[in-house]
Amino acid sequence: MGVKRRNFLIGAAVVAGAGVFGSIWADGSARSKAIAATVKPGEGGFNAWIKIAPDDTVTVYSPTIDFGQGSHTALAQMAAEELDADWTKIRVEQAPPIPGFANSGLVRGFVGELSQGLSRHLPQSLASLVARSVPIQLTGGSSSIRFAGQNLMRKTGAAARLALIAEAAERLAVPAAELTTAYSKVIHAKSARSLRYGELAAAAAGRSLEADPPLKAEKDFRHIGQSPARFDIPGKVDGTAQFGMDVALPEMRVATVMMAPVRDGKLLSVDEKPALAVPGVERVIKLDEAVVVVAKGYWQASKGLAALSPQFSDGGHGALSSASIFAAQDKLNAEGKALAQPAGGKFVTADYKAPFLHQAMMEPFAMTAHYKNGKLEAWGGLQDPLATRGQLAKAAGIDSEDVTFHQMIMGGGFGRRFPQYCQIVEQVAAVAKQVPWPVKLIWSREQEVSHGAYRPQVAIRLQAGLGADGRLAAWASDYAQDGDARSDATVPYAIPSFEARHHKYISNQVDAYFRSVNSSQHGFFNESFIDELAHAAGKDPYQFRREHLPAGGRHLKVLDEAARLARWGTPLPQGTGRGIALTENFGTIVAEVIEARLRDDGYPQVLKATAVVDCGMVVNPRNAEAQIMGGLIMGLSTAIGEEITLDKGAVVQTNFGDYPLLRLAEAPPEISVHFINSGAKIGGLGEPGLPPAAPALANALFVATGKRVRQLPIRDQAKA
Amino acid sequence: MAITATVNGKPAEFTGEPDTPLLWALREELGLTGTKFGCGIAACGACSVHVGGEVVRSCSLPISEVAGKAVTTIEGLKAADGTLHAVQQAWIDIQVPQCGYCQSGQIMAAVALIKQSAKPSHAQIDEAMTNLCRCGTYPRIREAILKATGQAAEKSAAAATGAA
Repeated sequence: MGVKRRNFLIGAAVVAGAGVFGSIWADGSARSKAIAATVKPGEGGFNAWIKIAPDDTVTVYSPTIDFGQGSHTALAQMAAEELDADWTKIRVEQAPPIPGFANSGLVRGFVGELSQGLSRHLPQSLASLVARSVPIQLTGGSSSIRFAGQNLMRKTGAAARLALIAEAAERLAVPAAELTTAYSKVIHAKSARSLRYGELAAAAAGRSLEADPPLKAEKDFRHIGQSPARFDIPGKVDGTAQFGMDVALPEMRVATVMMAPVRDGKLLSVDEKPALAVPGVERVIKLDEAVVVVAKGYWQASKGLAALSPQFSDGGHGALSSASIFAAQDKLNAEGKALAQPAGGKFVTADYKAPFLHQAMMEPFAMTAHYKNGKLEAWGGLQDPLATRGQLAKAAGIDSEDVTFHQMIMGGGFGRRFPQYCQIVEQVAAVAKQVPWPVKLIWSREQEVSHGAYRPQVAIRLQAGLGADGRLAAWASDYAQDGDARSDATVPYAIPSFEARHHKYISNQVDAYFRSVNSSQHGFFNESFIDELAHAAGKDPYQFRREHLPAGGRHLKVLDEAARLARWGTPLPQGTGRGIALTENFGTIVAEVIEARLRDDGYPQVLKATAVVDCGMVVNPRNAEAQIMGGLIMGLSTAIGEEITLDKGAVVQTNFGDYPLLRLAEAPPEISVHFINSGAKIGGLGEPGLPPAAPALANALFVATGKRVRQLPIRDQAKA
Repeated sequence: MAITATVNGKPAEFTGEPDTPLLWALREELGLTGTKFGCGIAACGACSVHVGGEVVRSCSLPISEVAGKAVTTIEGLKAADGTLHAVQQAWIDIQVPQCGYCQSGQIMAAVALIKQSAKPSHAQIDEAMTNLCRCGTYPRIREAILKATGQAAEKSAAAATGAA
């Protein structure tokens, strides 16, 4: 019932906002401002997203952030493709955080999915932003290529090309139909004449652009499908790339913070003197939920902070623990109705659990701000620069127009850097207003780990009935968590009766995004449980899955290819197991096969991983491979050892010592990634590689050890 | 009172308190921000630099212990003519970095490894490369080290078929 109602509300908003989404371009005045902000005299700005200079340099403005996915390079490939541009003259810049550069392509993409009832994986809060058509610039939902790329870059490139041709036709006094384009030139072969894009751009940009120009067919691609080197890599190997942590300004001070250990707790009192006695410390600032020490440098600020003994309240959550949350969730799940036992068949039920998880980006939070004469200038790395600007304005009590925000390179994100739950945005604005200098606020790793915006903790009860024929007759799940994850709780299998029931459980933590959002936990639950069902039916887990997939479908093809490439069914040494899992996330289907055994300490050792991916068209195969590998390794890391727990309402973990990430030696020594282009609509790549990793590993361990692990992290649970 | 050392071949002076970690002295006093702050407890390796030719985690090394020593950071790896170190070049050729935040430390760790063993084995790579990477670039780090040392990489990427 909840789902229906939500879809209706979003549907209604989509209809009301139809005019807004009717065009892929920003409205006239915002677009003019965006062009004015980026285009100099003599240059041509096309819908603001592409700019061509007299020397033929093409600048592509990306509304989404590249924090390592390679999306900026891929977006440039997509623009260059439709533009017929000379690749050597292409560059990419992050679009400034102003409304004319709002990501209308993303809004359009998500709205399209919502209106078709395809709102899979879209978190509720994001759906709400989209439905209200709030100008956003967010990077998430594995959306850069499939939405910003398809809707903005390719269409702007194609429209700009047509405008350049029209301008050339007029200048050469020939019919447009006689003109072709290549390497940033418009060519009239008949008269052996050509004009460079740079000569035509300023005038061509003044022409009206086609709103929905035709795009190239895949067979004609010259840039899409290639793997040019990424633009951002040279600066990341010589130390010159400037991250949020690296901002340095004259007279700048450095601050660090200690927040109430329990989320929702407040600062009650603090004696400032011990910090002020530390050399280099200049201010102690009290915030509602935190105390901040401002000093000449980070080390002095840290020592000042360590000298303090602040008192915090617990926000009324002092009795909360991970165990109490699981107990409450189990109780909610037990309220779900029992599945009828199939006649002559088997009934199988199992309870699974997943902990809170931390994104653990390698760069701890750092933001710099300078408040002067009623204006705020700020620097940092967030997953939505435009929203960050608005949030800074609100926190400082000034107008958005009086805030300048500089988006810096981000050292990871994985869902942690959506500004709506980045308290550092409000903190840095508050601190900047109280000091005369620019101030850089750095969160220690301890604060970063223990004050996260975590993937929610979930408990699920799964039930299924196997018919006398050994086929799945019914499947029902009851799961309790903050946030409705029903769309991620589905399976691709054909089951006569399927139901996933959400029981709302609200803790004191925010319901945050994680790489692959809720597909990460629910992929583990469902793909482990289907494996249990296969064994209960006495069938091979791969064969059992394929018997329940529609013939000729994308899922079956991906699964078959993974089994073939991983040499499914071939013998393995004693103590080694092979597991398979199949998930869909953000329009992309991924199957992974893992070979694993136990180390002497009982922890899993992954020997080999094979991934097969159908995301439709692949723009940059080398980046695409990196994204799937990265997702797979992160999935293994979370599955093997990562867990955030609460005790007395506060997070227990503090740093990488008790929140261990997978190291190089623990990553699969053999890992291969394969793409199938089914011709399906283009899907995401940043996230879909993660969900199959945990269940494929758990399924492999079951084969290796006979032990079924139903609660993450796995650690040494498979040990005899 | 100032502590003197050689940083990237040039004399340098640190004026902070002697217990200041080398990391913050490099970043805030010398403006060498290529060396990153990751955890502050020598667990992640984002702050790896060389002191006296050995790789160290600079977040946990006070400047009092580098007095008179030679420090090399990521900014000091290039040759005088700007040519990248073979490891840096391999990092570009293999397209290793994703977010890039850990990569200065990874490269410093790899350079130190290669100094010790010109052609490191897989086991030696496993043992030496303990720095954390959240993006999951480990397979390419391994491949780039093999490439930089002239060893035929067991090319994991070879399996990556294109969009064909």
